[in-house]
Amino acid sequence: MTQRIDIPHDSDSSKEVRPTFFNEPPVMYTGGDVPWQWEEDGMICTRSAAWSAPGCHDGCGVIVYTDKETGKFIKVEGDEENPYYQGRLCMRCLDVAEAIYHPDRLLYPMKRDPKDRGKADKWTRITWEEAYDMIDEKFTAIRDEFGGKSIIFASGTGRVTPPINARLGYALGSIQYSYFHSGNACYVPRVAAANTIMGCYTCPDFSMQFPDRYDNPEWVAPKNIFIWGNNPLIANADGNLGHWVVDCMQRGSKLVVVDPRLTWLASRAELWLQLRPGTDSMLALAMSKYIIENDLYDADFVDKWCYGFDEYYEAVKPYDLDQAAEVCWLEKEDIIKASEMMAEQPTAVQWGLALDMNLQCITASQAVHNLWCITGQVDRPGGMITVHDPYNTEVWLPPDPREVFTPQQEKERIGSTYEMITNSGMVQCQADSMIDQLVTGRPFKIHGAWIQSTNPLACCAQDPEPRVEKGLKNCDFVVGVDCFMTPTLMANCDVVLPLCFYPEREGLRSVWYYIQNTNKACEPMGESKDDFQINWELGRRWNKDLWPGETLEEYFSYLIQEAGITYDDSRKLNWIYPEFHYFKYAKGEQRPDGQLGFNTMTGRIELYSLLLAQWGQKPLPYYAEPPMSPYSQPELYKEYNLVLTTGARHYESFHSEHRQMNRLRSKYPDPRFEIHPDAAAERGIEEGDWCWIESPIGRCRERAHITPIVDPRVVQADHGWWFPEADPEDQGEGCFATYARNINVVLPSECGDTGFGNQSKCYLCKVYKCELDEIPLPAPEHPKERFAEGSFRNFTYEAEMEA
Amino acid sequence: MAEKAYGLLINYEYCTGCMSCEMACAVEHDIPVGQYGIKMEEIGPWQIDKKHWQLDCVPIPTDMCDLCAERVGKGKKPTCVKHCQALCMDYGPVEELAAKLATTKTKSVLFVPKSGVAE
Repeated sequence: MTQRIDIPHDSDSSKEVRPTFFNEPPVMYTGGDVPWQWEEDGMICTRSAAWSAPGCHDGCGVIVYTDKETGKFIKVEGDEENPYYQGRLCMRCLDVAEAIYHPDRLLYPMKRDPKDRGKADKWTRITWEEAYDMIDEKFTAIRDEFGGKSIIFASGTGRVTPPINARLGYALGSIQYSYFHSGNACYVPRVAAANTIMGCYTCPDFSMQFPDRYDNPEWVAPKNIFIWGNNPLIANADGNLGHWVVDCMQRGSKLVVVDPRLTWLASRAELWLQLRPGTDSMLALAMSKYIIENDLYDADFVDKWCYGFDEYYEAVKPYDLDQAAEVCWLEKEDIIKASEMMAEQPTAVQWGLALDMNLQCITASQAVHNLWCITGQVDRPGGMITVHDPYNTEVWLPPDPREVFTPQQEKERIGSTYEMITNSGMVQCQADSMIDQLVTGRPFKIHGAWIQSTNPLACCAQDPEPRVEKGLKNCDFVVGVDCFMTPTLMANCDVVLPLCFYPEREGLRSVWYYIQNTNKACEPMGESKDDFQINWELGRRWNKDLWPGETLEEYFSYLIQEAGITYDDSRKLNWIYPEFHYFKYAKGEQRPDGQLGFNTMTGRIELYSLLLAQWGQKPLPYYAEPPMSPYSQPELYKEYNLVLTTGARHYESFHSEHRQMNRLRSKYPDPRFEIHPDAAAERGIEEGDWCWIESPIGRCRERAHITPIVDPRVVQADHGWWFPEADPEDQGEGCFATYARNINVVLPSECGDTGFGNQSKCYLCKVYKCELDEIPLPAPEHPKERFAEGSFRNFTYEAEMEA
Repeated sequence: MAEKAYGLLINYEYCTGCMSCEMACAVEHDIPVGQYGIKMEEIGPWQIDKKHWQLDCVPIPTDMCDLCAERVGKGKKPTCVKHCQALCMDYGPVEELAAKLATTKTKSVLFVPKSGVAE
């Protein structure tokens, strides 16, 4: 369903929220021809976008069904009118009723004396006003004494939170918008690389920029789709739904899958390149060389739109096929076939996290990125489309600190000595520097922390000794915002603010392609509130200019004002797509000055990157053997004789979320690692055995899953586990036993020389069966403690039901 | 019971094993954890030859499947069909599904659950 709206072109820039990067064409396509709310069988049906909590990056279109009489949540279904996912939903979103009515759900703000951190029965319920007053008083006191720089504002993976988390910190005077993951190694490195090379980001063209999707007359299905370093069916990498790839397969697209594991997509691929973890840039460079030397590249595109091709060719020359085949554990013929398929037009590449989780992540991303540039896939139907935030709406990318802080203050951003962290358009602190600084207090102490919608102890606390927890313990005052009591909140937080779920709140959703409202369908349970509301209410105490509007809805209207509509209009329009144009670079639509070309210094895609050179990095891509590999550590490899890659995703959970959802957890109760039958047999390991996974720095237990989808030389281990049923207090394995079966404890926290990347996808380990007395037993129940005085459980839905 | 048989046509070339059908069914019909109205079964993975792998996912309706009689009565799709992420499920009279099956170009299976058999 699509309604076209012509909007008067506004040359007056007074409405601009931020300096315009893209002037949207004067046409928008909306869902204004379908209602946003109606009645059906005694239920109110509310059209909305499932833009967390709980869950993921996607914000699929949903219909929320509530009881007309009581207003209570009944169920959610996919919205068949919504172009993004056309009525489909994943099992996690379908199970949202379990989240809403979960006994462990937090309903009230609470506080605990910092001396009682880690204790489960020292909580006191407080009102929101008390909570805000306390946060305001503590944070402003810290700011006034030590400067805004000494308070961090941390969020997790991109959903609602990053922009509002950054903005909240800015309002207080803190530039320390942050994320705990070593080397900021999720999405951010690839975006930074793309910004650096071509001044914008590109996405595979699965037609998601068009409201009429696959029927759009300009769109063609990619001839080939490369799935490089991710499993998008489950991970829905970067806000792109993985099943769009299946839609394209049904329209004739062929697949090339670059992955150490046989995923479902790999099983259906024309070509599966089972490369050795960490060798992506070698593969990409050898493919480039083959493509150039066999005249398969798009010479006309390179000639007109790329900079530094000769230097680039010199750089890829050393990477021949034989060497690549040996290094990557691939066959030469397969690399040739992949090169030929990459060169066909149009080809799209869904790249992913495996490129980020590599110490050479920037050069690896550059190497892969350049492949789709020299083959002329950029902004071509079915190729790699250039994207931006629609109408400059700040819902996906965080605000630029340069709008608020002086250049001098900007230097206080933790990790700002990494040129690429500071200057590639990324606005986060460098994670490893931040963790070091939390632990050591050097060069200045971090006194306060705001931790919103992230559970770093379960997801990002690398090193055998959990330095994230230790570092946060050094803070004077820590606030946590979440739906459930997590290991992070239990171990570290002094004030906990309860979050509501998406059916219970208002909001705006956008990832590149369109904007949609999240419409409130029912009242939040207890006193829970949503991220937007909390940050707007608190942010206004510190800086009303940064949090404008007398009501939250006025604030939303401010966010979308460049679309020329209010939040209320936007509700009635359902989804709003700017008109999309292909080949923007050839029409003067890719640069703010209206000139032809790309938004880089040279106006071209910089195969030879002037910015990287300026930042002291190698301007051309290269391959470096990972520091922990069979070849770089032959001695260690004798003992630690398996390559360890981690973090494969499963349908039943989103990182550390959903561990308490019975319908999901029952399908996948324990963390597992994947091991080849031959490797398992050599070690006497049988299916389901609890084993130790041990690296030179630490060890953890997971259950063996014996499968031929991994190479006998490689194991893959699950991440992000904690156990809501376990003891909330630390009995030696972390709160809720989060370090007991957590692969992060065998991995180091250290980044590459750009400040980006880590070793989560490529390390060395050995694997052996647990002794009988080491097998983790089911966690004992703690019925007596459940409602003890001071227990956080007194402020949950379970307590409400008991009462 | 209807005069004509009704069933589910599943194109298992494209079933990715996402289990949305299982969950959609379980929450629609309030099916206890561990029981199913439709259950996805995985066959594989194992390697057939150098370039080919056996890996198929096939959702199979159980005796608890009522082919979403109430939804269908209101003109809606069964919830498993509606929420299938791979769009590989189809519901209808067996004769219509069989006609589609007769010209299928990809791996398919037609299930007629207990609730769908003809009188």
